Amino acid sequence: MDDIYQERILDHYEQPYHRGRLPRATHAHQDDNPLCGDFVHVDLTIGPEGKVQEAWFQGDGCCISQAAASMLMEAIEGRDVEELKRFTPEQMLELFGPKLTPNRQKCCLLAWRVVQAALYAPVGEKPPG
Amino acid sequence: MNAQPPSPLDVDAIRRDFPILATRVHGNLPLIYFDNAATTQRPRQVIQSLVEVYERHYANVHRGIHWLSEQSTDLYSEAREKVRAFINARHAEEVIFTRGTTESINLVARSWGDAHVGAGDELLLTEMEHHSNLVPWQQLAARTGAVVRFVPVTDDGLLNLDALERLLTERTKIVALTAASNVLGTYVPLPEIVRKAHQAGAKVLVDGAQSVPHAATDVQAMEADFLAFSGHKLMGPTGIGVLYGRRELLETMPPFLGGGSMIRRVTLDGYESADLPARLEAGTPPIVEAIGLGVAIDYLRRVGLDKIHEHERLLTTAAHAVLASVSGARVFGPLPEHKAGIISFTLSGIHAHDVAQIFDRQGIAVRAGHHCAMPLHKRLGVAATARASFYFYNTPAEIDQLGPALEKVKSTFRRA
Repeated sequence: MDDIYQERILDHYEQPYHRGRLPRATHAHQDDNPLCGDFVHVDLTIGPEGKVQEAWFQGDGCCISQAAASMLMEAIEGRDVEELKRFTPEQMLELFGPKLTPNRQKCCLLAWRVVQAALYAPVGEKPPG
Repeated sequence: MNAQPPSPLDVDAIRRDFPILATRVHGNLPLIYFDNAATTQRPRQVIQSLVEVYERHYANVHRGIHWLSEQSTDLYSEAREKVRAFINARHAEEVIFTRGTTESINLVARSWGDAHVGAGDELLLTEMEHHSNLVPWQQLAARTGAVVRFVPVTDDGLLNLDALERLLTERTKIVALTAASNVLGTYVPLPEIVRKAHQAGAKVLVDGAQSVPHAATDVQAMEADFLAFSGHKLMGPTGIGVLYGRRELLETMPPFLGGGSMIRRVTLDGYESADLPARLEAGTPPIVEAIGLGVAIDYLRRVGLDKIHEHERLLTTAAHAVLASVSGARVFGPLPEHKAGIISFTLSGIHAHDVAQIFDRQGIAVRAGHHCAMPLHKRLGVAATARASFYFYNTPAEIDQLGPALEKVKSTFRRA
């Protein structure tokens, strides 16, 4: 068995970090992978100093998509928004850990995609486009 | 396992014809290939036939006034005749070669549909269609202002035939439905549906992608107007499929694609269409693929479609028994006697992708997702299912491996 289902990942999947909604979110976004039906919703509070104060996610899907979301919430709290906008997919895959085939990389990158969009999506304003 | 009647097939002998089935994966695990509804594997005879055509007989078909072209043309025509006999069509020219089921259905929706369907007309499908028998009709409706309606699926995974009756009206132009669902496995009662559709004045297109490879098909007995299927799902090459259509319908259909082969005469002012089947086969056809399909059909007929069907029924019944013994497993679709060798399931609390991934590490190839039937999954109330699908080269011993594999999935996730 390869290490996709290693302890660290199963821990995130079964006892996720900040799973739930954040009523006082300043930024939020939601997206899905139509291919597998996975979805992730991300709520962020971004402070006046331009840092992510709190990050929460809600979602449903495979172990990889949900564990990746949990890891990402943990990783981005306290981080500078401008710096996060430059957070690459490669860095996300590295944060996740085990090597993934291209099909499963899509699962891993779902939360990353949602966070990237959320950084540009203030709550109460219509998203661009 | 439960005592089962013996298989009518010598599966060990059959498996020796399929080199890929001897593959070992992830170290030294025997490959268990349960993704046959997506595509099947091919025997040496089919693979060798492709090599032989390219090495000894290959040239472009038709028109060539040279020895090789005549060879190639003869083999291509012979392949068409093999398909005709395989589905018991009246005439060889009722067999149109396409790239696959998807192209066959698009051909009908574009050519027959654009000519015969108008605003307010109705196209009747079912809730369990593959996207390839759904999107072309949605596109036709968008072009013409026609309306697409759907026969609902019951909670048992069968078609609601009472609703079918209500949905068939004098405005229904075509009923397009699968013969066997690629998710639920459900076989639909075609003769009854075709009869009712014809009484209502509608044409019928049957998507045979999941039925033609697994059970004997007789288009005359079925009385369908069109039948579509793919070569690669019955051990043939990829890139070859069939559209069967009744001759009097095909003859009135405007050519779907324009180009070489489909013309009798071209001037700068216009063209005159060729006769069937060429009028619906523009361009250089998939010559070698068609010949390979013919060889696959020879192989299937030698084994016997009735025996194949019986063997797969035994496998499916055994698989149902395994799934029934695993707590948390939920099987979608009807009982084995109403279905093809397809079993779609979920494990409580575990995503289908994780099931497929952990199966893969045990050497078992299954598919996970919506299987190109998103509306059906919505109807079932799940985002994704895992699907094991069988062919006649699968064995009861392989089915037995499903049980331990499912337990392994469950033990990987502590909360399951």
